Amino acid sequence: MSFSAFLVQLLNGLAGASSLFLVAAGLSLIFGVTRIVNFAHGSFFMLGVYAAYSLAGWMMDRLGAGGFWLALPAAALLVGAVGALVEVVLLRRIYRAPELFQLLATFALVLVIKDAALWFWGPEDLLGPRAPGLAGAIDILGRRFPAYDLLLIAVGPVVLGLLWLLLTRTRWGTLVRAATQDREMVAALGVNQAWLFTAVFALGSLLAAFGGALQLPREPANLGLDLVTIGEAFVVVVVGGMGSIPGAYVAALLIAEVKALCVGLGTVDVFGMAFSFSKLTLVVEFLVMALVLVLRPWGLFGRPQAPSRQAGAAEAPLRPASRSFKIAAALLGLALLALPLLSAGSPYTTVLAIDLLTAALFAASLHFIMGPAGMHSFGHAAYFGLGAYGAALLALRAGWPMEAALLGAPLVAAAGALVFGWFCVRLSGVYLAMLTLAFAQIVWALAFQWDDFTGGSNGLTGVWPAPWLANKTAYYGLTLALVAGSVLALRRALFSPFGYALRAGRDSPLRADAIGMPVKQLQWAGFVVAALFAGLAGALYAFSKGSISPESMAVGKSVDGLVMVLLGGLQTLSGPLVGAVSFTWLQDSVARSTDYWRALLGGIVLLLVLAFPQGIAGAVKQLVERRTA
Amino acid sequence: MKVPQLIAAALLVAATGAFAQATVKIGEVNSYKAQPAFLEPYKKGMELAIEEINAAGGTKFELITRDDNANPGDAVRAAEELVSREKIDVLAGSFLSNIGLALTDFAKQKKIFFLAGEPLTDKIVWQNGNRYTFRLRPSTYMQAAMLVPEAVALKKKRWAVVYPNYEYGQTAVATFKTLMKAAQPDVEFVVEQAAPLGRVDAGAVAQALADAKPDAIFNVLFGADLSKFVREGNTRGLFQGREVVSVLTGEPEYLDPLRDETPNGWVVTGYPWYGIQTPEHKAFFLAYHRKYKDYPRLGSVVGYTMIKSIAEGVKKAKSADTEKLIAAFSGLTHESPFGKITYRAEDHQSTMGAFIGKTRNEGGKGTMVDYRYLDGAKFLPPAAEAKKLRPAE
Repeated sequence: MSFSAFLVQLLNGLAGASSLFLVAAGLSLIFGVTRIVNFAHGSFFMLGVYAAYSLAGWMMDRLGAGGFWLALPAAALLVGAVGALVEVVLLRRIYRAPELFQLLATFALVLVIKDAALWFWGPEDLLGPRAPGLAGAIDILGRRFPAYDLLLIAVGPVVLGLLWLLLTRTRWGTLVRAATQDREMVAALGVNQAWLFTAVFALGSLLAAFGGALQLPREPANLGLDLVTIGEAFVVVVVGGMGSIPGAYVAALLIAEVKALCVGLGTVDVFGMAFSFSKLTLVVEFLVMALVLVLRPWGLFGRPQAPSRQAGAAEAPLRPASRSFKIAAALLGLALLALPLLSAGSPYTTVLAIDLLTAALFAASLHFIMGPAGMHSFGHAAYFGLGAYGAALLALRAGWPMEAALLGAPLVAAAGALVFGWFCVRLSGVYLAMLTLAFAQIVWALAFQWDDFTGGSNGLTGVWPAPWLANKTAYYGLTLALVAGSVLALRRALFSPFGYALRAGRDSPLRADAIGMPVKQLQWAGFVVAALFAGLAGALYAFSKGSISPESMAVGKSVDGLVMVLLGGLQTLSGPLVGAVSFTWLQDSVARSTDYWRALLGGIVLLLVLAFPQGIAGAVKQLVERRTA
Repeated sequence: MKVPQLIAAALLVAATGAFAQATVKIGEVNSYKAQPAFLEPYKKGMELAIEEINAAGGTKFELITRDDNANPGDAVRAAEELVSREKIDVLAGSFLSNIGLALTDFAKQKKIFFLAGEPLTDKIVWQNGNRYTFRLRPSTYMQAAMLVPEAVALKKKRWAVVYPNYEYGQTAVATFKTLMKAAQPDVEFVVEQAAPLGRVDAGAVAQALADAKPDAIFNVLFGADLSKFVREGNTRGLFQGREVVSVLTGEPEYLDPLRDETPNGWVVTGYPWYGIQTPEHKAFFLAYHRKYKDYPRLGSVVGYTMIKSIAEGVKKAKSADTEKLIAAFSGLTHESPFGKITYRAEDHQSTMGAFIGKTRNEGGKGTMVDYRYLDGAKFLPPAAEAKKLRPAE
């Protein structure tokens, strides 16, 4: 790469950074004030592109070139209004739910918005018009550089400046900053929080949509934009430091530049080996994030998060199961044992039950670190995937018998957690969550890219169980035994001194430390235990499907895990099981019932969210307690 | 149906031979929600075929589709459900290569006949091939092989390649490079860009390609990545004075969204539905247009032909029994909208071909010109050689 090529690649990075910054700034604002991890933020970006496409077409017919320039802010305002509506109708009702629960609502919104966009705009990609007046290119260092990109380069700093003015020079901005630091104090001083939250959410959505609208001349409106965007936006926010707007700009710049340079470098000979930097673009933002978080636990410009006092009521201590609960669990166990007999007429029940059981174990293992250990993992799929790949590779490449591979696979996952966990437990809160996600993405990219060993994007096939387990009923029996045993073991661990210590470390790290408990080491051990069981779930899954591919450890799988745990209820031990079974079963049956099954699934989850803000199992528990009290 | 009628029907079945009256159930698994641009027209094609076959009399066919959520695990579960609950006779479908391969292996394990319609990966019929699995669409290898003679004819020395970073892109590029080096030993590949699927950094990629000063470009990007790349390339003058050879770009699914951005003179594989004058295609086109008031996409042809193949196979086998169907499909020849196609006995790949031509921007719409149909049979390795690529059964 010549020096002039390098400079122009830097300009490309600058142009790419602007949209990214707008989206990330919105996400950061929303999180700072409302503490909502807004999964739907990428969907607002996508809506911004679609809305700009439609409005530009409509306005350019009537107003000519000027219509295009009006359409971009109009699209942003429109989506901002949608954001306000979402806040008022939905999110406002669940602020008092336990931490992270709102994530479930925004996950459902992603599904609903995606299907709504498909219904309204159709399946085909929609490439917008070029920007009137800036359609061409200008010569920079002997290369043609799009004129519109120069505008984009300017937009980022301008919006940054405007946001800075808004936050530091207006009363509203002062309130937003105050609410970011201490929401209760702001409320005590008589500020109407409800409207503050609505306004912030609307502004955040508006920024996301404006970022999308600005992309109209650069990329087609399509249904994949939401998930592509949300991942990058989270990375930028966390690298910059949650809540820091200048941090978001610097991080957006950093990520965009690193990407442009990877592309610019292309294939480079390193010590005689050809190394393709362009392939690195698959995962480079997550590598940057992992590096930043390991070196600076609060991001580049962030500060430790003030504890949120407004989150739901403090969690009640765990109690050993009551007698009636034990009887109910034993009855359920018997029913599950008899299931193949009871459903002899419909063999599919057994097939589905195997999937439900593996999902339940996966969710239970995630709950183990999320709930009692208090470490929110956004990358738990890594350990599920390591287990699945571990099983497949031990069986196919090392030639182990299936039974040995099944038992060896969880150790692969635990080994991964031993390394990653060491870094992760040094952080807390959202930063920890994002570091787990970064590691998960790195593992995913390895499996995706390493063709000769992991089968690359196609994955591995021919991972079938031993002949004596080939029958679905036999395999169901094995799965039931292992899952039930694992769930009981996890539960037992929580009532052992180790479990009490984990909970102490979560509820009061300082006091736990003061009485001599090594909190970080306990958390590290908890991390490894959870990974071990997630790995077992992955291995069971691999042998039940006969094949394994990188999807099993992609973001979507981690998100599914979160959804299951939250849907069931984070604060009960049976919550993850209930959540896993209901979510997987819902998905299986809804997908068959209608073309727009994603929207239907999202709608059902929304209803459940509104009806059971403690999760399904949490609501049942409350009901029982109220009866007995 | 009342009881006497039922008995009458049963007697009729017994009289005419049980098979002729039984409905053949085709279970189809695909990523409808994840790939709607390709799969909505595909589904329409399948439904048209079912309608035509059932209207013609003879064995009745029933189609049951399932969404796999773009996840191989879910696809296998859906297939299990189709086999165990719906009691399907034939499994079909899939679009994504990893799902195609997962179902290929599932078919082998469950000993059920599987016809893969869309997925392009060579492995379905070669490295991971098995006796239960057949594939309709021209594979990645065939698509690349069709473009190589055209690329050689351009007489360009310095080539740039750009592709989506997953198996399809990697294989297309690897095949192209191997065949090019064999046909034109002095060829040089001066720059290679692998972009993450759906996330191409188009400006940076276009510049990196231009900086390497290639004479020609081989492109494998498609979908949203293609639109972004073409727009950036046009603005930055990447395509000026350079030839471009591009896989799949002439398919309406990918060409139509480009509209006034469509570049002129790219050599592409695709489907110029507006100009194919053969009677087979005309009949298909008219039927499709009558039913849906829309023009067919390539997906429509694939969905339609896949169902027709199954019907022809069942007719030849006089049964939907897996073993008989495998025997019937080995060497099965029938008419399709693209003319006669044959499922090769040696590697289970159909000889369905593709159209090759040049892109032209006609008043803000992308079209193909100077196209001709290339028979897939000519772009496959000889049957005996292909057989060696398959694992021993």
